[in-house]
Amino acid sequence: MRGLELRDLQITINGAPLVSVNTTVAPGQVVTIMGPSGVGKSTILAAITGSLAPAFRFTGQVILNGTDVTRLPPPARRIGILFQEELLFPHLSVGANLAFGLRRGAKDRRAVIDAALTDIGLPGVADRDPATLSGGQKARVALMRMLLSDPQALLLDEAFSKLDTDLRAQMRDLVFTHARARDLPVLMVTHDHEDAAAAGGPVITL
Amino acid sequence: MLRLFPAITVIVLLLPVLAGLIGTVAPGFGYFPAVGGTSLSVQPFRDLFDWAGFMPALGLSLRTGLIATAASLIITMVLLAGWHGTRAFRWVERVLSPLLSAPHAAAAFGIAFLIAPSGWIVRALSPWATGWERPPDLLIVQDPGGWAMIAGLVAKEVPFLMLMSLAALPQTAPEHSLRITAALGYGRVAGWFKAIFPRLYARIRLPVYAVLAYSLSVVDVAIILGPNTPPPLAVQVVKWMGDPDLSMRLVASAGAVVQLALVIGVLCLWRLMELAVTHAGLRAIYGGHRMRRDGAVRAAGLGVGAISAGMVIFGLAGLAVWSVAGFWSFPNALPDAISSRSWMRFGPDLLHPLNHTFVIAGAATGIALILTIACLEAEHRHALTPASRSLWILYLPLLVPQVAFLPGLQAITLILGGGTHLGMVVLGHLVFVLPYVFLSLAGPWRQWDARFDTVGAALGVTPNARFWRVRMPMMVAPVLTALAVGLAVSVGQYLPTLLIGGGRIQTITTEAVALASGGDRRVIGVTGLVQTGAAMVGFAAALLLPRMLWHNRRGMRG
Repeated sequence: MRGLELRDLQITINGAPLVSVNTTVAPGQVVTIMGPSGVGKSTILAAITGSLAPAFRFTGQVILNGTDVTRLPPPARRIGILFQEELLFPHLSVGANLAFGLRRGAKDRRAVIDAALTDIGLPGVADRDPATLSGGQKARVALMRMLLSDPQALLLDEAFSKLDTDLRAQMRDLVFTHARARDLPVLMVTHDHEDAAAAGGPVITL
Repeated sequence: MLRLFPAITVIVLLLPVLAGLIGTVAPGFGYFPAVGGTSLSVQPFRDLFDWAGFMPALGLSLRTGLIATAASLIITMVLLAGWHGTRAFRWVERVLSPLLSAPHAAAAFGIAFLIAPSGWIVRALSPWATGWERPPDLLIVQDPGGWAMIAGLVAKEVPFLMLMSLAALPQTAPEHSLRITAALGYGRVAGWFKAIFPRLYARIRLPVYAVLAYSLSVVDVAIILGPNTPPPLAVQVVKWMGDPDLSMRLVASAGAVVQLALVIGVLCLWRLMELAVTHAGLRAIYGGHRMRRDGAVRAAGLGVGAISAGMVIFGLAGLAVWSVAGFWSFPNALPDAISSRSWMRFGPDLLHPLNHTFVIAGAATGIALILTIACLEAEHRHALTPASRSLWILYLPLLVPQVAFLPGLQAITLILGGGTHLGMVVLGHLVFVLPYVFLSLAGPWRQWDARFDTVGAALGVTPNARFWRVRMPMMVAPVLTALAVGLAVSVGQYLPTLLIGGGRIQTITTEAVALASGGDRRVIGVTGLVQTGAAMVGFAAALLLPRMLWHNRRGMRG
């Protein structure tokens, strides 16, 4: 079965139950997780990517396209994630950031990167310092870096919270369009109702 | 593999100290096979106590150590209380790094030059204020009271305590507290001491203990600025250690045991004083005195701080001037003639010790960096949380007096039949370099945003590749700073080279300190300046390299 399935995922902190979730995100679908801060929304995403802090433990399984990835090392999971901060590597140029994401074996890497930049409306910035880009431009580069790694699912951890209203709607459209075009299951954590409405999928409120 | 490194690092820190302690203490109780001592005896202690200078030497160590530490702490705290966050304080921050990186010996020589009867201070006042037409016959440097030595220690310890305080301060959010205390009507200094000092002191307690232990046991500064008859106990122990008569080693070891007991005793005494100050401080807080007129205290703090920094800066300038001085008549402020003769004459002889200096410093700092980075990376990858006692382990080599364990290391080298001592000397340096390298790098390493790593993993990159391609490049500046700190610490070490090398390995620092008894200002000027340069070269690289490397990466600056 294709999609991202969280099967009886239960997270505990220092032994005490924190949050549990049981859901399936179909390819091309956006499922939104909402709730007040501190309820463990981002912790769910950390469990899915495999970067949970040691105070947390979890039971249950993460199934991606029929494969149980729960015990796989993070780099092997092929699950992309975008944070509120763009987290572009500050020591690399824009192009090198994309090259860092671009999956191994891709041919003509420079041409792929130039095309990807054109795709997000930023032609010719490959040699720029990422620190010289605007907030919206950085967010687009971060999205493209993640997409070039050819993920099988996409997680959004308050990914639009930092942007102002106009930019926010644009960025949301861009992310959802790209995700749908690639048939990616998307799991979004947010505290903003507009994000949830724009996603159009099921909403899980914690 | 990576998981083993914290344990390896602890062993590297503890084993030399513990083994050295045993190797030093045993001869103190008569066990020293090299001179036929195989049975336990307290004779070495009897000989030590019979030495007429014993009580005066012990008293001198105690007095200079306590006064230097208390004065350094008070000056640092009054400076912070009166000026932290003001424009004047930016000036304090600016002079901090050069003051820290100047080696103790060079700073001590500079201060000696400055306050000597023929130094700049007397020259500036003569003859119009003093009436002296020739340098007065006064014992200012190496005065019997040890005041010159205390001044030298304070000048180097205030910057150290300031650095440690500035690193700990953000956790106490001082500006918030000060806004509250000001709104409640407290003067700046009173508000600081009542609201911030208790929290700050709890965070710099170990550095303060290290300063105390160091001041009680210091040797190089004491040789240059301290009295001779008798010298502080630690200096006398080193003299006995170097005595051609091997049986003096037994007395030296007994002295080292007493030195260790002195440090432990004074640390306990200091702890009691902390409790007394806490008690008095609580009463003062309950008293509610606002002390709004604290202008005089603030001015005094800034004044004393400026004098202490000025002594080092003008002292180093004095070294530079003496190194190029031809004839220099009293009371002229500058030499009558400038010449490169001293550099031509003494410079070439320094190349060999300089070479040793950099080989030892490079090896010790390189090993320290690898251990530190491996520990921090193990901590990150395996989500280990360091226990609070690990900080004590890190500080242990800085708390145990050097004379109490370095001689034992040499003894062990001799027993193991180690022909070449260079490896052991590097190990001896490593014990002191490692804590500073670790303390310097741990903060930036742990503060790094781990989500960069999460992103790298989500992009399908393995942990090792993420380490080399993401983390190390982003850590270039802090790693270079840690490297510079390590090099400076190693360059400045005197006793590890002298005692473990058995006097056979010369570095720029052993050469410099050996000049103390001679008093040829020109050769001291050249040597002290070369020593300072050797200690600072790493910092220059740490400042320039990241700028060159990241000149078009704004996110990598500051």
